[in-house]
Amino acid sequence: MSGLESTGSTTADLIAGALMALGALLVLLGSIGINRFPHFYSRLHAAGVIDTLASGVFLLGVGVFFGVGLVSVKLLLIFVFLLFTSPTACHALARAAFISGLRDDSRRADANTSEAIITKADNA
Amino acid sequence: MKHTVSLSLFLALLWWVLSGYPKPLLLGLGAVTVIFTVWLAHRLDVIDHESHPIHFSWPLLRFWTRLLVEIARSSIQVLGQILRGQSAIQPKFLHVKTQQHSALGRVILGNAITLTPGTVTVLTNGGEFVVHALSKESAKSVEDGELDALIPQDVEGERV
Repeated sequence: MSGLESTGSTTADLIAGALMALGALLVLLGSIGINRFPHFYSRLHAAGVIDTLASGVFLLGVGVFFGVGLVSVKLLLIFVFLLFTSPTACHALARAAFISGLRDDSRRADANTSEAIITKADNA
Repeated sequence: MKHTVSLSLFLALLWWVLSGYPKPLLLGLGAVTVIFTVWLAHRLDVIDHESHPIHFSWPLLRFWTRLLVEIARSSIQVLGQILRGQSAIQPKFLHVKTQQHSALGRVILGNAITLTPGTVTVLTNGGEFVVHALSKESAKSVEDGELDALIPQDVEGERV
C-alpha cells in the first residue's frame, strides 16, 4: 500500500489521478447521455458506457494508486463482478420493457415481427 | 468431485484475498466458512460444470481480450453520439441468428452483446436474439457476428 505512505505526488499518483478524473468525466458524459437521448432503450445504451468503460477506467486509476497487492486484486474482483452483473440488470430492464409492449420510434417497422416473436416465446 | 475440490480451493483463495490477515483465528474462521459453504452448495446440488467452470481454454481468453477491446471501441463511439445528440443515433431492433448451440454459449454471447455499449440483448428465443441497437454502426457489429464467431465451440454446458 505504497500510496498511503507517499507524501509528495509521484508519477504513479499523477497517472492514478488522471485516470480517476477521466473515469469521473466518463460518468458525467454517460449521465448527460441518459438525459439527452430519447426513449427508454437509447438511454439504456448511455448507461452502458458508465457500467463498463467509466467504472473500468476509474477502478484502474484506484489500482494504479495502491500499486500491485491485495487491494488491486480486490479491485480486479469488483471489475469482474461488474462485468457479470451489469449486463444482467440491463437485460432484465430491457426484457421487461419489451414484454410490457414498449417500442420506441422504430414501432412501425418492427411491431409485427416483434409481436410474432413474443407469441412464439409464450407458446413455447 | 474435481469441481468440489476446485470450489473449495477457489473459496479459500477468495477468503484470503478479501481478508489479508494471516492470523490463526481468522484463517480458522475461513476454513469453517469454506467447509460450510461447500457443504451447503453440495446439499443444494449446484456444483457442476455450469455453475463452476474449471475448463480453461486459450480461445476463451482470446474472446475476453477481444471483448474488452470491443467495449472500449464502442464506448468511444457511443460517447461521440452522446456529444452529437439525437441526430447521431438511429435506434432500432434487430433479429440476429446465433451459431451457439449450448445454453452457456448463448448466455456468453447475450452478455457480451449487452456489455458492449450501443447494443442490448432484449429477448432470446431459441437460436434467435432480439437486439436493440443505438446506431447503424453498432447494429452492423452485431449483424457481422464477430463476437459470435469468437466464442469457443467447446464451452461446457447443456446442448440445446
